[in-house]
Amino acid sequence: MDLYEYQAKELFAAHGVPVLPGKTVETPEEAAAAAAEIGTAVVVKAQVKTGGRGKAGGVKLANDPDEAKEKAQAILGLDIKGHTVHRVLVTEASDIAEEYYFSFLLDRSNRTFLAMASAEGGMEIEQLAVERPEALAKVPVDAIAGVDRAKADEIVAQAKIPAAVADEAAEVIVKLWETFVSEDATLVEVNPLVRDPQDKIIALDGKVTLDENADFRHPGHADLVDQRTEDPLEAKAKAKNLNYVKLDGEVGIIGNGAGLVMSTLDVVAYAGEKHGGVKPANFLDIGGGASAEVMAAGLDVILGDPAVKSVFVNVFGGITACDAVANGIVEALKILGDGATKPLVVRLDGNNVEEGRRILNDANHPLVTQVDTMDNAADKAAELAAAGA
Amino acid sequence: MSIFLNENSKVIVQGITGGEGTKHTTKMLAAGTNIVGGVNARKAGQTVTIGGKDLTVFGTVEEAMKETGADVSVVFVPPKFAKDAVIEAIDAEIGLAVVITEGIPVHDSAYFWAHAVAKGNKTRIIGPNCPGIISPGKSNAGIIPADIAGPGKIGLVSKSGTLTYQMMYELREIGFSTAIGIGGDPVIGTTHIDALEAFEADPETAAIVMIGEIGGDAEERAADFIKANVTKPVVGYVAGFTAPEGKTMGHAGAIVSGSAGTAQAKKEALEAAGVKVGKTPSETAELMREIIAAL
Repeated sequence: MDLYEYQAKELFAAHGVPVLPGKTVETPEEAAAAAAEIGTAVVVKAQVKTGGRGKAGGVKLANDPDEAKEKAQAILGLDIKGHTVHRVLVTEASDIAEEYYFSFLLDRSNRTFLAMASAEGGMEIEQLAVERPEALAKVPVDAIAGVDRAKADEIVAQAKIPAAVADEAAEVIVKLWETFVSEDATLVEVNPLVRDPQDKIIALDGKVTLDENADFRHPGHADLVDQRTEDPLEAKAKAKNLNYVKLDGEVGIIGNGAGLVMSTLDVVAYAGEKHGGVKPANFLDIGGGASAEVMAAGLDVILGDPAVKSVFVNVFGGITACDAVANGIVEALKILGDGATKPLVVRLDGNNVEEGRRILNDANHPLVTQVDTMDNAADKAAELAAAGA
Repeated sequence: MSIFLNENSKVIVQGITGGEGTKHTTKMLAAGTNIVGGVNARKAGQTVTIGGKDLTVFGTVEEAMKETGADVSVVFVPPKFAKDAVIEAIDAEIGLAVVITEGIPVHDSAYFWAHAVAKGNKTRIIGPNCPGIISPGKSNAGIIPADIAGPGKIGLVSKSGTLTYQMMYELREIGFSTAIGIGGDPVIGTTHIDALEAFEADPETAAIVMIGEIGGDAEERAADFIKANVTKPVVGYVAGFTAPEGKTMGHAGAIVSGSAGTAQAKKEALEAAGVKVGKTPSETAELMREIIAAL
């Protein structure tokens, strides 16, 4: 889960990483009040989970509360790369002497963690990595040893952060590592990490990604989920513990296993090229145990998407037997009753497939079509979606 | 031969008394796996009867190995306790630990991987979040259904469980030396490259199917390895061509970030290494059939 800047900074502050005082608000009036409370010039910053906010007009300086109100008015409601701005962070404007870049992240290729740091901050890291690779230090971090003061000193030296602030920077880096580990983050990025005229090191921005697999040891992380900006169908699926991602197309997809479902999306997209360009409407993995309840919950979410014109149920019975899946589909259609209105193409293969197909044949539901292979079923689902569009 | 797992493998199950552990121990026994015991510290000394076989529950992996000569452990321990379970297997220096558990925090996986490296890589780790490994007709360590395909000369390595099943099903008339699901998590033990290297050295494997998916650069690295080190024919498939950027597709590792990790980039890298890449599972299977027919 990606966090907003203000959430990232709250975690930073909790772990002793210096941040500037600020307040997150949702109206221009609140922005003015926040600026008055802070009592200095402020920066009004759009809170969206995407980069390039500054260029999009989402970050503005305000010298007094009236200006803060005006700037917040301009920023709230902005669309930044498809993200609508619902709230802004009003934060003390800082004097900046220098800008640095810093991050901890998971290095998948080397199966360990990596610190990336540069004395040349402020620019997008992708750009820095391409244009000035020699200026970006990449220091592997052992998952067991972690980052102690000595390791932090090594990172600071490799990043060529000036000697005058080396100690302070190293201390902040140790605290960022504490944040990274104790919050189970897969990314902690500070860009820019700034040096102010008094040689203090401050995290001026913050980007944090948390590992949802670790939620069991972080009950507080549930509060960081932003229900409002989550797609309503995704929110509904999440409430039912379904692994669902909303996409732009017309063919609803249900399958078992992440790889098979991804593959199903591809096969449907290829088939769609022959049927007016219809595309998959979603990713939905019902996992190993495709019970009637899970199938019903999945169908309910997918049929709730007005863009869906047909549904493709693609199951390979591995652990789950196909007869259980077939019963799940039949039961799900009973549970949904009149709620089920769109054609279903079902492809079953694998464990106990004959019995599964017999159950669906016997049920003889008017909306269900069985097709033997994944390719042909995708073609049928695309054809039905094109006809219904 | 086969790789990593054969008819002589002696298998223990960590978490044998849990629901998943018991269910899959039953299936592994039915598939002919030589299961010699289980591990659960809280039930040490008890005997469980699974699939008509009496199995001793040991307190530790080390004890189980000493008493039974086990050289493979299959881990079904829940995510909360999985890190300690894998570390225990590594400390006992068991040859192979197959970690089926889904949902292990990546900091825990990175930690036990670092531990395995620090201990000199005496334990091969497969997974986590994987279906395991099967050498059909010999042994099955994990949850891959044993009746999809029998023994044969194809080696298969895949990130995805159900795509492993799908591909085994498509190619069931030829059969497999070993099929291995390495898992879709961001940090895994055994990689595509490890499996490719072992298949290349395995006289029973004539050709290799490699299944990848979006995210990371494992497929690109595998392509480099194939170019330099693999003489046997390799057929590839990559899932996720139509996946949008920035959305995690089920597996924690399956995400396209910017231009990195796309299926197209992986396909191109594999093709540049001489690997034939199918657009769909069925087309991939067809490419393999052609290769086998021409051998």
